Amino acid sequence: MQTPTGFPPSVQLAAELRLPTNWLDYTILGIYFLVVLGVGLAARASVRTSLDFFLSGRSLPAWVTGLAFIAANLGATEILGMAANSAQYGVYTTHWYWVGAIPAMVFLGLVMMPFYYGSKVRSVPEFLLLRFDKAAHLLSAVLFAFAAILIAGVNLYALAIVVKALLGWPEWVAIVVAGFFVLAYITLGGLSSAIYNEVLQFFVILAALIPITVLGLRSVGGWDGLSDKLSASHGDNFMTAWGGTGIGSDNPLGANWLTIVLGLGFVLSFGYWTTNFAEVQRALSAKNLSAAQRTPLIAAFPKIFIVFLVMIPGLVAAAVIPRFGTPESGYQYNDAIPYLMQQLLPNGVLGIAVTGLLAAFMAGMAANVSSFNTVFTTDIWAKYVVKHREDTYYVRFGRLITAIGVLASIGTAFLASSFSNIMSYLQTLFSFFNVPMFVVFIIGMFWKRASMKSGFWGLIAGTSAAMVNYFWIYKQGIIDIPTDQGANFVSAIAGFVAGAVVMVAVTLFTAPKPADELQGLVYGTRSPGMAEPPAPGDEAWYRKPALLGWGAVILAAACYIPFSF
Amino acid sequence: MSEHFSEQELQQEVTELESKSATAARLFDIRRIIGGLFVLYGVIVMIAGFTASDADIDKAEGVNINLWTGLGMLLLGLFFLLWLKLSPTVPPPPTTQDEPDSPTTD
Repeated sequence: MQTPTGFPPSVQLAAELRLPTNWLDYTILGIYFLVVLGVGLAARASVRTSLDFFLSGRSLPAWVTGLAFIAANLGATEILGMAANSAQYGVYTTHWYWVGAIPAMVFLGLVMMPFYYGSKVRSVPEFLLLRFDKAAHLLSAVLFAFAAILIAGVNLYALAIVVKALLGWPEWVAIVVAGFFVLAYITLGGLSSAIYNEVLQFFVILAALIPITVLGLRSVGGWDGLSDKLSASHGDNFMTAWGGTGIGSDNPLGANWLTIVLGLGFVLSFGYWTTNFAEVQRALSAKNLSAAQRTPLIAAFPKIFIVFLVMIPGLVAAAVIPRFGTPESGYQYNDAIPYLMQQLLPNGVLGIAVTGLLAAFMAGMAANVSSFNTVFTTDIWAKYVVKHREDTYYVRFGRLITAIGVLASIGTAFLASSFSNIMSYLQTLFSFFNVPMFVVFIIGMFWKRASMKSGFWGLIAGTSAAMVNYFWIYKQGIIDIPTDQGANFVSAIAGFVAGAVVMVAVTLFTAPKPADELQGLVYGTRSPGMAEPPAPGDEAWYRKPALLGWGAVILAAACYIPFSF
Repeated sequence: MSEHFSEQELQQEVTELESKSATAARLFDIRRIIGGLFVLYGVIVMIAGFTASDADIDKAEGVNINLWTGLGMLLLGLFFLLWLKLSPTVPPPPTTQDEPDSPTTD
């Protein structure tokens, strides 16, 4: 699941956001679509085995997997949603990028990746199979597959709404066209073509966001002008990261420093970044352990700075449109970036921005489709349904299930357009499954004694506790939490604690896994395959994972300084 | 099928697939595509910048944004092409056992 944001699938953009696109913009967009297909066609030659199709043969360089890692997260729902978040909550948005991302990404690279990559698993559920048992494996594989299709469909629907508002295409045209392109390039080239297109998308989206940010700032008299305007209209805390987050005090986010650090920074963010297969898959496709470790670390550096490219447009929109986000302004929070595109960008750059937005929607969908087909084929089909067939069969099946997955998400997108409330409900529901994944992983990786059965029960208990807290204790008003985001943080903490307690309890009464089956899966053990010698050149200082990781943490902490006093 | 999957079995399967994998040998270099696309985009957007009307420039807060964005994209494209030229794709070592990384550890 994307980092939870305020972008609901039921979003309606304001009607007057139609962009003045012309032939030049459409030429730029057309070129992009051709290149996307071309990448798929050219990558086709590299698919010989199922490992090529699902994991790029574990052979990509770190900078490619690192940029794909960040791009898979930088879907358009994230971009529009985080700009909306900034317009609504102000500079607090930085928490989603710094405390809520960097520590988790660094932890994934430095601590967890040796177990993931070294054990040679092909997916996150497969790790659960080795560490725990089939119950935990099947539960996580099936839920992941459902969630991936749901998110892909919601992405597609969000794309249709945005394209309709900005370009005037009917919703079904946008859904079918984008679905077709994603289907074509993943079926042809597998994960390699998904990853390559994500790297392209990363640069195109930067080329789209930088002009919007620069011109937006200029239009409000620079950062100082922006800061003065918003402090006057929204209060001083709006322009700070930690202002008013003392326990018991009031702030726009409705959360205090403890729930921010524990709920968002620890539970939600570690759950998303370290166990979401749509992300981890990018690292597993790297060419060796060092490259796999560096994947999330290389991604951490752009992540630290991307916040400015989504937050500033959101803040500018909040500053220039009176009462932005309320019904009387005529705009919703999600309109921030489209509004600035319309107001500031001439034809040419406008085409780049439209292309970047569409590319981000397609990448957000493709990341889910390419992780869905892997989990469905290697974890569900090959392990429980049609076992022990020759490898070419699973490549064919992977292509087939990709097509089925895309069709299912197109169906989901059409459903979302008539039942958007149900979709938003389902999305919240699935987001709670991520919470206990992290507790199960962390206990499983660091406590040898954790029994085979404890994984499954930890997942069940943590998910239930998070849901009960959110839907019953918060929604029924038993405890007063001011905002949905604040309630999200608290639910995550509840799920984490419940998962941990149940895992320990179940472990005390059930059998541990035999020690010889835990080699390379638990801290302090090594699997035979992990002792590979470093590749030539990997000894260079700038490729040391520890330096990259701690560098990112220190940089993110330093970024807080100007927004804290 | 046994009650649980053994780790060795799975690692053997993946190692075997790795030795047959074609990605390292046959996948093209993405730097060529990024370089080509951004040079093309850079040129197109810069031309739009050279022919920008006063209305375009007024709209963008007095900045010829097409010119600057185009220049940035062109430079990024050239950077990738230059990088590719200076350190071209290393072809995998001739097929003694394919995989340079872990030929012996299975």
